[in-house]
Amino acid sequence: MSLIDVRDLARTFVVRRRNGALTRSRSEVRAVHDLTFSIGAGEMVGYIGPNGAGKSTTIKMLTGILVPSSGRLRVAELEPSRQRTELARRIGVVFGQRTTLWWDLPLRDSFELLQKIYRVDAARHRRNLEEYVELLDLGDLLDTPVRQLSLGQRMRGDITAALLHDPEILYLDEPTIGLDVISKGRLREFLRTLNAERGTTLMLTTHDLQDIEALCDRVIVIDHGTAVFDGPLGDLHHRGESRRTLVVDLVDEAPPIAVPGAETRKVEGPRQWLTFPAGASAAPIVAAVAASYDVADLSIQEPDIEDVIRQIYAGG
Amino acid sequence: MGDALAAYVAIARLWVRSSLEYPASFWAMTVGSLLSTGIDFVGIWVMFSHLTTYGGFDLRQMGFLYGTSQLAIGLADLVVGNVERIGMQIRLGRLDAMMSKPVPLLVQICADQFALRRIARIVQGGGVLIWAGWAVDWTPARAGVLVSMLACGGVIFFGLFVSFSCVQFWTADASEFSNAFTYGGASLLEYPLSVFPKQVALGLTFILPIAFANWYPSLFILGKHDTTGLPHWLELASPVAALVMILVTSTAWRFGVRHYTSTGS
Ligand SMILES: Nc1ncnc2c1ncn2[C@@H]1O[C@H](COP(=O)(O)OP(=O)(O)OP(=O)(O)O)[C@@H](O)[C@H]1O
Ligand SMILES: [Mg+2]
Repeated sequence: MSLIDVRDLARTFVVRRRNGALTRSRSEVRAVHDLTFSIGAGEMVGYIGPNGAGKSTTIKMLTGILVPSSGRLRVAELEPSRQRTELARRIGVVFGQRTTLWWDLPLRDSFELLQKIYRVDAARHRRNLEEYVELLDLGDLLDTPVRQLSLGQRMRGDITAALLHDPEILYLDEPTIGLDVISKGRLREFLRTLNAERGTTLMLTTHDLQDIEALCDRVIVIDHGTAVFDGPLGDLHHRGESRRTLVVDLVDEAPPIAVPGAETRKVEGPRQWLTFPAGASAAPIVAAVAASYDVADLSIQEPDIEDVIRQIYAGG
Repeated sequence: MGDALAAYVAIARLWVRSSLEYPASFWAMTVGSLLSTGIDFVGIWVMFSHLTTYGGFDLRQMGFLYGTSQLAIGLADLVVGNVERIGMQIRLGRLDAMMSKPVPLLVQICADQFALRRIARIVQGGGVLIWAGWAVDWTPARAGVLVSMLACGGVIFFGLFVSFSCVQFWTADASEFSNAFTYGGASLLEYPLSVFPKQVALGLTFILPIAFANWYPSLFILGKHDTTGLPHWLELASPVAALVMILVTSTAWRFGVRHYTSTGS
């Protein structure tokens, strides 16, 4: 039995728009529909898709905040919207855009309150708090009210808050939004450790595909409310018919290189860009180029996931 | 239930602690609300410099009605008054955070920014009630009805606060709307129901049943008779009204929460 089980899930929103002084129109937005997937314990799943695809709506249904319009949803064998408070003890949620901490209270008070709310026993709370404060480098910030924290500091506080009760599942909705490169790197490292050491199941949405590359073995791509891809990151490349790029620096300028199995996309002085299917081997192409031209240097670029996804959208 | 209560106390305690970090401002606010809620009774007092009875009630008896109405709304206001802020919490996106915690949403909303200064209304209403209660011919039955009245009155106003706030799940800006029924209703209760037109009396009994928060049980305690022509047993029916209120309120609240749509971002 999987930990998260989603079948034919749908959620529509009714939106009322004023389109004149007196007239109002009512329309329905299908934020999520025909969504089916399941996630096992210990997985790290990236949930990606363009703006408005339905990622946050899905997370809110998984936590029980939003009631699904139809479909079946089970998380840890509970029905989220009906057993929301019970489920809350077993999951952690981080909304990148908004804090779940108490705005006016110092971090220390927020954490203390969480201990009481989740009824974590004092020793375990102290142990977890010490560990996360150390790992996320929060020591100097404990007495600062949340509203005075910077975005990155607040995010670390939010992540600690979501983990103090040892949740089985951690949902992260755009956890790296607005963070600098170093903070992103640290956060990824932290999440990887969390998953490896505690076996916490992670589901994260992001627009930064490096998050996915660094963390997730599995990706679910959602577009217009429904999953268009579900599988290992590697397969996403095949599915999107993505191409790798061979960058060739010739000794002298030359007309576009012509070798079998590759296409020359761009020529700029002595430098030329050749692309070939990501699934194919680079070796014969490199050999063919080297055999016919004077090559100064060669390098291979992996496909950009963003392009891959764009191709899925274009093709699907 | 016990957990919910413990969580309420834990959250409220933190807010009290943080408000007491600025004692001067805390006391200024508390004394301020004492004065501003007390001014109502001063009005009644002044009225009685021209009158000896009003609707068949003398000043002390008016004080009894006043004190009990203030206690009923004061208790509800202290404990759940913050539910009126739900529309604001929704707009700020705070509800999602609350809903991801293992404590009933209502408890979190009401305990959030718990304001101890709201105790002013209770202190002030309680003071007037003690003064007014001095003149009552107490019997065990009357004392029992007093206790039940205060509990039921609190529950009835609790219901009004929460039920009317449910509207904010759909329109975030409706706190004035619920104020009209809660604080507005409580100020009607400062006067004998018999001075209002019969339709008002009926409305406050069967539609918005706040007359059970003080009027009917007060008739029993003060040994008076209703001149509106409604049956006597209503004097002891407050627990029924409170129970109905709880049922209506919990249905409305659940309905509201299930229709919560969160915010787009
Ligand atoms: N509370 C709401 N009321 C009305 N429509 C909503 C609401 N929340 C979301 N929507 C709509 O549902 C769709 C999906 O929104 P959602 O927030 O789930 O997207 P998302 O994938 O998280 O996007 P982003 O990457 O921009 O965060 C959008 O069309 C959005 O306008
Ligand atoms: Mg989103």
